[in-house]
Amino acid sequence: MKVAITSTGNTPESLLDSRFGRCAYFVIYDTQSKSTEYIPNPNKDSLEGAGPASIQLVASKGVEKVISGEFGAKVKSVFDRLQIQLIVIKDQEKTIKEILDLL
Amino acid sequence: MKITIASGKGGTGKTFVSTNLFFAIQQEGTPVTLIDCDAEEPNVMEFFSGIRTEQYPIIQKVPVIHDDLCTYCDKCREYCNYNAIICLPQAKHIQVLEDLCHDCGACLAACQYNAITEKEKTLGHVSVYSLSSGASVVEGRLSIGVYSPIPVIKGAMHYPHQEENTLFDAPPGISCPFIATADKADYVVLVTEPTPFGLNDLKLSVQTLDTLQKSYGVVINRSGLGDNSIYEWLEEKGIPILAEIPFDKEIARVYSEGRLIAEVNPGYRYFFSNLYQKIQNHAGNCSSQR
Repeated sequence: MKVAITSTGNTPESLLDSRFGRCAYFVIYDTQSKSTEYIPNPNKDSLEGAGPASIQLVASKGVEKVISGEFGAKVKSVFDRLQIQLIVIKDQEKTIKEILDLL
Repeated sequence: MKITIASGKGGTGKTFVSTNLFFAIQQEGTPVTLIDCDAEEPNVMEFFSGIRTEQYPIIQKVPVIHDDLCTYCDKCREYCNYNAIICLPQAKHIQVLEDLCHDCGACLAACQYNAITEKEKTLGHVSVYSLSSGASVVEGRLSIGVYSPIPVIKGAMHYPHQEENTLFDAPPGISCPFIATADKADYVVLVTEPTPFGLNDLKLSVQTLDTLQKSYGVVINRSGLGDNSIYEWLEEKGIPILAEIPFDKEIARVYSEGRLIAEVNPGYRYFFSNLYQKIQNHAGNCSSQR
């Protein structure tokens, strides 16, 4: 299964990015192969629709779960329809490595 | 002449100035229309009573994608500049996010399978009120939940039967709604207050109007409050002060009762007539310089 995590940087030591649509990086983690891919978010500075464009990005990677600090109103209903589970982590001091260890 | 009354900061007195100016211009016998362009929270009609003579909806077209004809080729999503379409070919999922659609029609041009048609969506209404004085107030009012007020603002501003002299009461801020309201104006009156917040937002408004190459002047409301920094900045920039409205308890009381100080107090009627004169003089000077 693939999981997307919003990250402030492109290393395992980077902190979780609290925003979904405008996060700095997406980490795509494959729980079977244990591989991680860091994708810079091209929608970070979009004038509008950063959330839906980011859904397009993570959903096309085939993820089944998305972990972030917060999800906007527009994206929640779309994720529901795509049957992608959303996980909210409120602790902003968590690193990507710590989150991966929980999976 | 088309005059926009605007401010960067909210609550500085745009509607106070536009309603009283509207009244004073009428008293001089000059036909004038007041258009409330603050479509997200219109309040001009709180100060007038009149009969609604016209009301029309502002409609936008949004795409409808038909799953049975769609091949999930992804082309419509690629064409969409506003991220309003999500297309996931593998999951056979295609979805329009109506709130983000700008009615540009690019997705219809992109689709080669006739899978996209359009439907109408009501964004808000334009209402026209006829006052006992004979003048009209036009109000743009956005429907609840609609993302952008721009089409409703433009719909109100283009009211076809407006007088030659029209006042546009602008929305606060300096983003698209303000730009849409300032764009069609011959002259912009910026209402501010002598506080650090007022100055900060005035600077942003001035930058925006300079970019739009608009002529403008400043009305300082609640003068006597705050500090001198706004006066120093305006002098340094050579921006004219059209009027200073004192920080007067009577103004606040009359305004809170939904009345016009220019109607209640003849001194203020003279004050706003004078302001209109200054706007005309200054706008005339600006246009002759071009």
